[in-house]
Amino acid sequence: MNIQVRDLPEQAASVQTKSAQTKTAQVKTAIADCDIHPAPATRTELYPFLAKRWHDHLETYDKHPYQGMMEGPPYPKAQPNASRRDAYPPEGGPQGSSLSFMQKQHLDPNNVVLGVLNPLKTGQGLRNHDLAAAICSAINDWQIEKWTSQDRRLKASVVVANEDGPTAAAEIRKRAGDPNFVQVLLLSRNVEPLGQRRYWPIYEAAQEAGLPVGVHAFGFGGNPITPSGWPSFYIEEMVGHAQCQQSALASLVLEGVFERYPKLKMVMVEAGFGWAPSLAWRLDRSWQRLRSEVPHVKRPPSDYIRDHIWWTTQPMEDPERRDHLFDVIDWIGWDKLLFATDYPHWDYDDPSRVLPPGVSDANREAFYLGNARKVYGLA
Amino acid sequence: MARHVIAPVNELPPGTRKFVTIDDRPIAIFNIKGEFFGLLNRCPHQGAALCEGPLIGLAQSSDPGAIEYTRLGEIIRCPWHGWEFDVRTGQSYCDPRRFRVKAYPVNVEPGAAVVKGPYVAETIKVAVESDYVVVDL
Repeated sequence: MNIQVRDLPEQAASVQTKSAQTKTAQVKTAIADCDIHPAPATRTELYPFLAKRWHDHLETYDKHPYQGMMEGPPYPKAQPNASRRDAYPPEGGPQGSSLSFMQKQHLDPNNVVLGVLNPLKTGQGLRNHDLAAAICSAINDWQIEKWTSQDRRLKASVVVANEDGPTAAAEIRKRAGDPNFVQVLLLSRNVEPLGQRRYWPIYEAAQEAGLPVGVHAFGFGGNPITPSGWPSFYIEEMVGHAQCQQSALASLVLEGVFERYPKLKMVMVEAGFGWAPSLAWRLDRSWQRLRSEVPHVKRPPSDYIRDHIWWTTQPMEDPERRDHLFDVIDWIGWDKLLFATDYPHWDYDDPSRVLPPGVSDANREAFYLGNARKVYGLA
Repeated sequence: MARHVIAPVNELPPGTRKFVTIDDRPIAIFNIKGEFFGLLNRCPHQGAALCEGPLIGLAQSSDPGAIEYTRLGEIIRCPWHGWEFDVRTGQSYCDPRRFRVKAYPVNVEPGAAVVKGPYVAETIKVAVESDYVVVDL
């Protein structure tokens, strides 16, 4: 009989327990995690990557995003830093700020062989476009210095001053061809719907660089976060990400972005995918009747969605009946889903729990790794 | 079923919890206002170390606008996804039909009884004059 007693929980201790539990299990399948959120450990961690002019600016004026509140997220989160309570690094700092702890808690035990970094607290959505550009460029340097150069499994996203198309395009061109980066990152809430022409320089530069454009839920656009206004609860923000992404995707298709940039690939990150078929059906039906309003949309909207859009899985669709999930995936295509955990955020999906039984080995491999390697050019 | 001695009672005062591994099973023992409860420390939803989450109360509403907040400190909230479970029973509050966390009976036994057995207490010294927290497994 073996009784092991340990004291009050510490993050490091819980990791030991988890690895001890899995020690006897077979080696885990290699996976890609297409949505990992790295965070600076301190408020000034980015300063070495920023000109002195911006240190002083931040100390004096701070950041001012496109929203009513001066700072912070539009809605308070359900867990500290919107993150898992067991993900605080033992050396201090917020969740997601330590590479060694990320390796120990997530990358190693889950056998993540490709991890895509999506920094969220960047210069995106700041009203001061010069500050936005400076912080974004600093974050891009920081991703290389602190993360991708230290762990080759990790790949960075080019974050850009999203409301200033030409400046954003310049940052993308600066990073083009750098193997540390695998995508351009936008957020779903912007000043205008994402298909509008102010954002086209971003798509042009991304296509030129051969980088997919990821659109992650969240961001600051200054607009109410749902189409029917500001909601009362955080849970409405959570489910509202799907609505927001639908508006963004409809705009991308209907403005003709994929006609203008036919090689552009886009990844919808953390906004669900169960709604994809119904949005496409509705778009097609309306397009059949209103095609003359948007003659630049030459094919049924669903064609563009199937050809140009990939989807990360977290937070996974979770219907009561697994055949409903499989029906949705059949429409989207098993070749278009990219597994993601959202580590260290609190609505993290554990890789061993997201896919129900009944998936072929080939589809499972594509879902967990193969599709990511292809879309990010690492196949 | 075996009875395992977890700790002397005075090492687990009200409001504290202790984590143990018995037969490869991670288990948390809670002292809630003098009563002891045991739960498997693994969330049935996605496997997180459930019992490392905060202990909260039970927020219920009979009608929009009417909120009752009761049973303070008796509900465990998962550190990952925030699923809530009743520490007394292991019942889930968001999907009680499909999910339940395994609950283990915990009792306080006098040292004299523990010494007599049948109890398992390899790592704990048992003294006749103390009381002990014992989990059935």
